[in-house]
Amino acid sequence: MMLTGAEIVMECLLREGVEIMFGYPGGAILPTYDAMTKYPQIRHVLVRHEQGAAHMADGYARATGKVGVAIATSGPGATNLVTGIGTAMMDSSPIVCITGQVPRGAIGSDAFQEIDITGITLPITKHNYLVGDVRELAYVIKEAFYIARTGRPGPVLIDIPKDVQNEKIEFEYPEGPVRLPGYRPPSMASEEQIQAALDLIHQAKRPIILAGHGIVMAGASQELRELAERAQIPVALTLLGKGAMSEQHPLVVGMMGMHGAAACNYAIQEADLLIALGMRFDDRVTGNLKTYSPNSRKIHVDIDPSEINKNVKVDVGIAGDVRTVLAQILPGLQSMTHPEWIGRIRDWQEDGNERDILNYDTGDRLLGAQVINDLWHYTGGDAITVTDVGQHQMLEAQYYPHQRPATMLTSGGLGTMGFGLPAAIGAKLGRPDEEVWAIVGDGGFQMTMAELATAMQEKVKVNIAILNNAYLGMVRQWQEFFYEERYQATPMFNPDFVKLAEAFGIPAMRVTHRSQVEESVRFARSHETTVLIEDAIEKEDIVYPMVPAGADLHNMIRRPKPGEKQG
Amino acid sequence: MSQPEKHKQTVVALVENKPGVLNRVASLFRRRNFNVDSLTVGRTHKPHISRMTIVVDAQRTDGRRIAANLFKLVNVIDVKLVSEEPYVSRDLALIKVRTDDVDSRNAVTTICDRYPARIVDIGTKVAIIEITAQEDIVESLIHELEPIGIVEMVRTGVVAMGRGVRIVDADYEPPILAHTEADAYQVYGV
Repeated sequence: MMLTGAEIVMECLLREGVEIMFGYPGGAILPTYDAMTKYPQIRHVLVRHEQGAAHMADGYARATGKVGVAIATSGPGATNLVTGIGTAMMDSSPIVCITGQVPRGAIGSDAFQEIDITGITLPITKHNYLVGDVRELAYVIKEAFYIARTGRPGPVLIDIPKDVQNEKIEFEYPEGPVRLPGYRPPSMASEEQIQAALDLIHQAKRPIILAGHGIVMAGASQELRELAERAQIPVALTLLGKGAMSEQHPLVVGMMGMHGAAACNYAIQEADLLIALGMRFDDRVTGNLKTYSPNSRKIHVDIDPSEINKNVKVDVGIAGDVRTVLAQILPGLQSMTHPEWIGRIRDWQEDGNERDILNYDTGDRLLGAQVINDLWHYTGGDAITVTDVGQHQMLEAQYYPHQRPATMLTSGGLGTMGFGLPAAIGAKLGRPDEEVWAIVGDGGFQMTMAELATAMQEKVKVNIAILNNAYLGMVRQWQEFFYEERYQATPMFNPDFVKLAEAFGIPAMRVTHRSQVEESVRFARSHETTVLIEDAIEKEDIVYPMVPAGADLHNMIRRPKPGEKQG
Repeated sequence: MSQPEKHKQTVVALVENKPGVLNRVASLFRRRNFNVDSLTVGRTHKPHISRMTIVVDAQRTDGRRIAANLFKLVNVIDVKLVSEEPYVSRDLALIKVRTDDVDSRNAVTTICDRYPARIVDIGTKVAIIEITAQEDIVESLIHELEPIGIVEMVRTGVVAMGRGVRIVDADYEPPILAHTEADAYQVYGV
């Protein structure tokens, strides 16, 4: 069969099981856009900015576990993808980005819309390709999808010159396995490693499991629960590990780290064994490394060998797939109990509950915590929530306990404002039967709000809750704590979000009182289109607890108990 | 035979012989803030495989971290920390020194006699000395030549190989049939 390069691209996407791609056309990618007309099986979603395409592909990938696909033209089209690619890289999200490039003969001549996108994205992709020969194209695409989804997943970019897209050859799909001699992701642990891990677990008096994104991506929730239950080990979750185990399970203590549950952080500091599963000891999780969990032995399981001993030196480091490794550990695992240790954690939790803002009389004020908690309540705690970055993100993590993996999508590693709305659109397109809420702040929302048009054009139903405090809230919080309340460049002049929504034909309502949150959920559910809710929340609120950057994990700024003064 | 300096670690990487692979390795070192003493690349007896030798100061950068990160690069076929066991390492230097009087000519000849070095070019003004030796011996020769007057110098950087039957090699044929036309684009993999 004679096919052009562009048709080969579509043919290969089809073979990879791609059902949807997010993109924006332009000169250098036009041959591939033209070829799309012959492949109506693959839906194309027209975004309003290429960053949106990358985030949508990312949200789609996180929600479904499949590879998300973004497509853009050369030059600015390609550079606009960069933030989204970096976001996917930091959170190990499998996406494939296809970019057009100027014709081969023009490469290096500063041609119109020419940019060295493979050079630019080299440090922020798992791998990337500039396709120099149409005969390589099918191999490259097959490799790209394989690399993106296996091992530690991540973004792969394929840059295809326009003349390669136009060139016609006799096409034969490369059947059989991908041959990549230098790409061998680890999978299993050795028997010695398993025995060493089991010995540490069986000796531990104060163990705690640190469960991360790896559990979600490896689909190891079942194995994690078995480990925790049989050995009665409390579980702390990372931000991206939320939902790795039902957060209503009595053994789940909550989220760890900078804005984590105080009980979690105290437990980590006092533990005699950390069992880190599919997490990478990010600085937002550890605080000061020198004082981090000083008296514990440490087991670390991660698919990426370069993560072992990177930030925290461990006693047993296992480079492997966390599900496979847990399945190796479980047969040798004895039943254990740690009543005293768990009792200790309960005391810390009790203290945390006393400080919970929800137990305060806050009068007429509408607080972000209340909005999130009520959203949790009225959505039955079962929605897919996609957040942006900032105070609302941390409040979501604290006040929206998830029961299932891959139901809380957020930009953790890169902390990309503007991620929320496009990622929510991608998630909804991947999981159309789920109720999807984009929970965003007024700052981040305005970075990518043009995608409201995408949601309407593509008839995607996303419920948007903007927690509007007319501030860049998290930055303002830092300014309040660490810069003597000098609120430089954090107050926001915002548009009327309800009117803005109406301009896009989006039903919208404003919530100013707590009693309206329930109504807003009903309002959102009563429309088949995307809906926007503006929650006008307290302007100068603080997310507690907080470990200041670089401080010891146990030295949190806590919310004072009622009647207590801020220490 | 003495091993090179204790705090130096030597990593050997077999990489696909493709354009851009050196760029990927260099980019990795830069973004991970790895300090590298020397990096050399050369061909092997297999046309598709190049071999890199990377020397690091373990007090500043752990060679094992470098190895673990190199291993993640798709174009890196294999990585070994060869300095963990006995190995041979060599550095080559060309040193141009002043020889414009009898004293300097005599001194250069005397010094070279005590080293695995030879004079490969000599004139009335300057001479070129070539030495191939372990890095510390090269350093030592340079140190002795300095008072005479080094006017130009070039070094290849260290290459290394494990002793005995420990072999760093890979059976690898490129996954795609090579298009051998001279004008074919080979920018595959950047």
